[in-house]
Amino acid sequence: MATIELAGKQFDVDEDGFIQDTAQWNDDVARAFAEQEGIVELTEEHWKVIRFLRSYYLEFGVAPMIRKLCKETGFQLKYIYQLFPTGPAKGACKLAGLPKPTGCV
Amino acid sequence: MKTLLILGAGTGGTLAANKLARRLDPREWEVVVVDRDERHLYQPGFLFIPFGQLAPADAVKPKRNFLPRGTKVIFSDIVAIEAQANRVKLTNEPRVISYDQLIIATGCEIAPEEVPGLKDGGWRKNIFDFYTLGGATALGECLRTWPGGRLVLNVAEMPIKCPIAPLEFLFLADWFFRQRGIRSKVELTLATPLAHAFTKPKAAAVLGGLLKQKGIQVVPDFALCEVDNARTTLVSYDNREVGYDLLVTIPVCKGAEVIARSGMGDELNYVETNKHTLQSRKWPNVWVIGDAGDAPTAKAGSVAHFMADVLVENFLHHVRGEPLADQFDGHANCFIESGFGKSFLIDYNYTTEPLPGLFPLPVVGPFPLLKESRLNHWGKLLFRWVYWHMLLPGRLPLPSRMSLAGKRA
Repeated sequence: MATIELAGKQFDVDEDGFIQDTAQWNDDVARAFAEQEGIVELTEEHWKVIRFLRSYYLEFGVAPMIRKLCKETGFQLKYIYQLFPTGPAKGACKLAGLPKPTGCV
Repeated sequence: MKTLLILGAGTGGTLAANKLARRLDPREWEVVVVDRDERHLYQPGFLFIPFGQLAPADAVKPKRNFLPRGTKVIFSDIVAIEAQANRVKLTNEPRVISYDQLIIATGCEIAPEEVPGLKDGGWRKNIFDFYTLGGATALGECLRTWPGGRLVLNVAEMPIKCPIAPLEFLFLADWFFRQRGIRSKVELTLATPLAHAFTKPKAAAVLGGLLKQKGIQVVPDFALCEVDNARTTLVSYDNREVGYDLLVTIPVCKGAEVIARSGMGDELNYVETNKHTLQSRKWPNVWVIGDAGDAPTAKAGSVAHFMADVLVENFLHHVRGEPLADQFDGHANCFIESGFGKSFLIDYNYTTEPLPGLFPLPVVGPFPLLKESRLNHWGKLLFRWVYWHMLLPGRLPLPSRMSLAGKRA
């Protein structure tokens, strides 16, 4: 398994760079991932998406449906792609420290 | 007299009716089944219709023939489910049915209108689905004389019904165009919102390899935003484009509209269901089987089949006032048609991904898992008979729990 260094700590990651142990996550990890993804600054809107993904994952053990994410944050999917250029799964879920979403099956 | 009401007589509803009718005392329970369509459609057959391998008429039989004797069958649309009042309103007589226990088996269906441009231009001209009988038939007519060009198969959004069917379609398309002698004039592309060919890593690696071997291109992480009909181009949310001459679409799949009207579903009209007990998370006398629920497993007939045993046992525990003892493990299995008279077979659940080995029995199998074989292909063809004569009547002797015996981790 690959490891990466984020915010001065080592993390085990899968082949797409998602951290494996979600409990190790903190805000600095999100910021370090943001830099990797080319996001200049994490705004309140970014955090709104990240916090929702995280709380949903911790409650249900899976990433929410994209439609749920849009409804709960009030952002259209097009806008979420502006916030996270690689999209809600590869971008936002990675920043939020979720394992890679599998598409619900 | 108590009433068990079953909404939907597809795979899940028919199985539940057959299994419960054998277990419930007819002096105590009346079983009522409601469906809007008198035809039972053999959906696994839709895959073969576009390639002229199955006649559309051979995928249809009357629903009533597969429901148990003594069951009251009503063909009607449903106005609403009023779970608070334990009743369901219908458009036809008797208009209102009160129930003691309710099983929701209303399935899911494609919703092409969810993607801008999908249904308002080339629909059924150069854009086809094969998840409906009409779509599969129309696509078959188109493919018979299609001169070649760029055929793009696009999955709009997960979850879809039968996540393996898009891959099977492409494998069969490769075989079909070779038979027609025009494979060199056809470019086959899979544009998928997933990062890989399938959702489970080990199977994705095997199936991804097969796509490559057959010269089928994969455009991963492609989240469809709109279909530009004028330019015959798919546009993703991150502004990537894939051009097509013939688009085969797997549109967004949604639960039945009546679930939304009744305020019982999530954003895609799936009923909130306990994924282990198959009881509604809100109403203890409401049960959910098959595609209608939100359990995180494949939306497929095999899953409904494995759910049925668990649902029946838990239902009986519940009406006797006992704790729910049976746990659904997310068991799914399916044949994956790979063209040239061969198939794969995969078997998996919530926690264990598809593994190589033998099914259903260790050592003797006879069906090899996660491996291409002629025997699996014959299994897939034979399955149509098995479906009508053994699976729907609830007499297919396979355990609902997935077994690790005979598998190599």
